[in-house]
Amino acid sequence: MPEPSSRVGGPPERATPTVVIRGGTVVDASGERLADVLIRSGQVGEVGPGVAVPRGATVLDAGGCLVCPGLVDLHTHLRQPGAEEAETVETGARAAALGGFTAVVAMPNTDPPVDSAAVALEVLALGEGATCLVAVAGAITMGRAGERLAPIGELASMGVRLFTDDGTGVQDVAVMRRALEYARGFDVTLAQHCEDEALARAGHMHEGEWSSRLGVPGIPAEAEEMMVARDIALVRLTGGRMHFLHLSTARSVALVAAAKAEGLAVTAEVTPHHLTLTHAELAGYDPVFKVNPPLRADTDVAALRVGCSDGTVDAVATDHAPHAPERKDDTLDAAPPGMLGLQTALPVVLGALGGGKCNGAVLGLLSWRPARIAGLARHQGGDQGGPIEPGAPANICVIDPTATWEVDPLRLASRSRNTPWAGRTMTGQVRHTLFRGEPVVVDAEAQR
Amino acid sequence: MTRLAGSEGPRPTVSPAAPVVEPAKGGRRHLLSVAELGAEGIAEILEVSDAFVEVGRRSIPKVPSLRGRTVVTLFAEQSTRTRLSFETAAKRLSADVLSFSLDTSSVKKGESLRDTVETVAAMGVDAFVVRHTSAGAPAAVARWVDASVVNAGDGWHEHPTQALLDCYTIRQVLAERAGRPSQGAGVGCFVGLRVAIVGDVRRSRVARSLVLAMGSLGAEVILVAPGSLLPPSLEGWPVTEVSYDLDAVLPHVDVCYLLRLQSERGAGAFLPSVREYSTWYGLTARRAGLLGDGALVMHPGPMNRGVEIADDVAALPQSLVLRQVSNGVAVRMAVLFMLLGQAPVPGTGVSA
Repeated sequence: MPEPSSRVGGPPERATPTVVIRGGTVVDASGERLADVLIRSGQVGEVGPGVAVPRGATVLDAGGCLVCPGLVDLHTHLRQPGAEEAETVETGARAAALGGFTAVVAMPNTDPPVDSAAVALEVLALGEGATCLVAVAGAITMGRAGERLAPIGELASMGVRLFTDDGTGVQDVAVMRRALEYARGFDVTLAQHCEDEALARAGHMHEGEWSSRLGVPGIPAEAEEMMVARDIALVRLTGGRMHFLHLSTARSVALVAAAKAEGLAVTAEVTPHHLTLTHAELAGYDPVFKVNPPLRADTDVAALRVGCSDGTVDAVATDHAPHAPERKDDTLDAAPPGMLGLQTALPVVLGALGGGKCNGAVLGLLSWRPARIAGLARHQGGDQGGPIEPGAPANICVIDPTATWEVDPLRLASRSRNTPWAGRTMTGQVRHTLFRGEPVVVDAEAQR
Repeated sequence: MTRLAGSEGPRPTVSPAAPVVEPAKGGRRHLLSVAELGAEGIAEILEVSDAFVEVGRRSIPKVPSLRGRTVVTLFAEQSTRTRLSFETAAKRLSADVLSFSLDTSSVKKGESLRDTVETVAAMGVDAFVVRHTSAGAPAAVARWVDASVVNAGDGWHEHPTQALLDCYTIRQVLAERAGRPSQGAGVGCFVGLRVAIVGDVRRSRVARSLVLAMGSLGAEVILVAPGSLLPPSLEGWPVTEVSYDLDAVLPHVDVCYLLRLQSERGAGAFLPSVREYSTWYGLTARRAGLLGDGALVMHPGPMNRGVEIADDVAALPQSLVLRQVSNGVAVRMAVLFMLLGQAPVPGTGVSA
C-alpha cells in the first residue's frame, strides 16, 4: 500500500485537560451509580463519590444529569466529498458532538463514493481534527452500482468495518451472495439498505392511505420486506454477517426476530424518525418529511418500538441526511429524501422508548450496542462496551433528562436545515460531551 | 367567504385527520382541495356560480368585480380547456390576467420553481392559478407566496374546480328536469344519487376531487376500474362500492362519469392495451343501452373517442360534456370572486 499522507499519521496533538464531572449519575452497561468522574490524559482516571478535584482541573457540573458513554451513530451522511454545500465532516461532527455522539460511521454514498482506499483516506483525514471519531463505511460494490465488488479487503485492512451501498440496496442477488461469501474472511459486516427498486423506484412516500389520498406514487412496505427476507436467506446460505439499516416496517422486524431465533448473524437498526413519525406527516406535501425508507403507518411505529424493547432491534441510528435548502424546498417528487437527525436523536428516542426516562436500556441502543456493530467497542471502553471505569477512553456524554429546548433549524450546527422537528419542544438535552477527554460541548454549546 | 382554506394557525402535522390545507400567509385564502370545502362550502360556490351563469347570458358578460386585481395562470403542463376557462373567468371579472407557461420560462434555464414563483409574485399578484405535474405543487406555491392559490390540477392529486363544475352541471340538469330554477336549489339533489366513476382512478386528479365532493354531498360513489387502475388504498374514501364489472353497474346508476385514460406505452404499463381497456371499460353504444332512463353521461375531457367513450355515445342527449365546459367558466368566476372579491356583483345581489 502507498504511504499515507502526513495528514493521516494520527490524531493531531491536543492539550487534554484534566476534568472532573461532578454530581451526576453514571449510567453504563454495568448499571447506575452516583459518582464523580475524573478524566486525565484522555482517559477515565477515577470513578466514585466525592472525587478530589486536582489543582487546575476543569469542573463540569452534572447535577441532576446522567453521565454516559458517548453515543455512537451507525448511520451518518457527512456529504463530503461531493456535497459540501449540504454538510462537511467538520459541521457534521460538530452536530454529532452537540447530540452527544462521540463516534459516527460516515456513509459511503459520497461523490465519489467510498469504493477505494483513496476516498476512504480522504474522509479519514478530514475526520482527524473533528469533534468526534469519524469512522468510514465502505461501499459493497464499485460506484454503488451493484455489479462488481469494491476492494473490501483493502478497505478492511485500513480499519473499515462496515460495508454498504446505502442509498440503494444491492439489487442483484448473485452479487450480494458473492459479497457475503467474500467478506467472511475479513471480520467485517455488510449492511443493507433494504429496498427492491422495481417496487420502490417510482415512489415518494409510503404506499397506503395517505399516498392514495394525496395522489403520490407510493413505496410499499413489501419493497423493504422482500429484501430483508432475501438477505436473511443469503446469510443462511453463506454463513455471512449482515446488519439491516433503518428498518421501517412491522414485518421487517418480525423477519429479523425469526432470523435471530434461528441463530443467524444478523443485527438491525431503526431511526428516531421511524420510531415517532407516520406517513400522515406528508398531508401538507412538506418535503422535509420525505425520507427513505418512507415514514410508515402507526402500526409500524408501534412494532419498531416493541422491537427495540424486546431486543430484536440492536441500535437506533440517525440516518442524518442533510440536504441544502434550495434542493429540499421543492415539490415533493422533486425534493431529495432525507432528514437531519444528529442533534435531535437522543430526546426523540427518550420520548419514544424511555417514556422520558433515560436508562441503560435506551442508552445501550444509542451507545454500546451500535459501538459493537461498528467495531468500535474499544473506543467505548472495552470489548464489553461502555463501562465508565478507570483506564477507559474518556468518550462521555452528560445528559440532562429534564431540560427542555426548542428546535430552531437555523441554530443547528449542520449546514442544512431539513429537520422534521422544527419548532417542536424537546425534553432531554445533551449538556456536555467529552471526546478523548476534551470537553467539546459544555453547557450545550460547542467549544470549537 | 370563510370556507375556502385560510387559517393563520400553525401547519397541521401529526393528526391523521388533518385536511390537506396549507396556511395562508397574511390570512390569504386558497382552494387546494375539495376536502377543505365540505357540503356547505360546495353549496355556497354553486349558489354564487348561479349568479355568474346569469352574467354569462348578458349581452356584455363582464362585471367589474376584480378590477385592479391580478391573476396569474401558472401552467407547467399542457392544458387547453382549463387554462382558457380560468382566463376567460378572470377576464369576465375584469381582473388583469398574466399567462405563464413553465416549459417556456426560465425554469428551463435552471431557475427553481420557488424562485420563478417568487419572482412572478414580486410583480404584484393577487392569485395564482396553478397546474403542475407534481402532486402538491399548489400547496408549495401557497407556502412560498403571499397570494391566493387555486389548484388547477396537480399530478394525480386533485382538480377541485373540475369537480365543482361537475357538481354544478348535475344540479343544473336535475333542476331543469324538475322544472325548477337552479338558483336556490340547494344541494339536496345529491343525497342518495348513485354516481359511477369509471376508469383510471389511480392516476386521476379529477376522480379524487369528485369522490370527495360527492361524498360530502351525500351521493353514493361506485368506482369501476381494472385492479391496476384503482388506488392502492381506499381508506378514508367515501366510496360505497368498488366493481370490476361495468355492465353490472350501469343499470343502477344516475350518473356515469368516465375518466380519461392516460396514454399507455411500453414497460410498466398498467394495462395490456388500450383495446383491452375499451373492450371491458369503454362506454360503447351497447353499454350505454344498459343505462337507466335519464342517467347522465359525463367526461372531464379531453375525450379519447373510441377508448373510454364511443363517438355516438358522446353525441347522445344525456351526454353533458359540452355543458360541463360552458359551466366551467361560471364556476371558476365564482371561485376567483370568492377568493379575491370585495364589492358585490352588480345586479345579482351576490357579495363575497
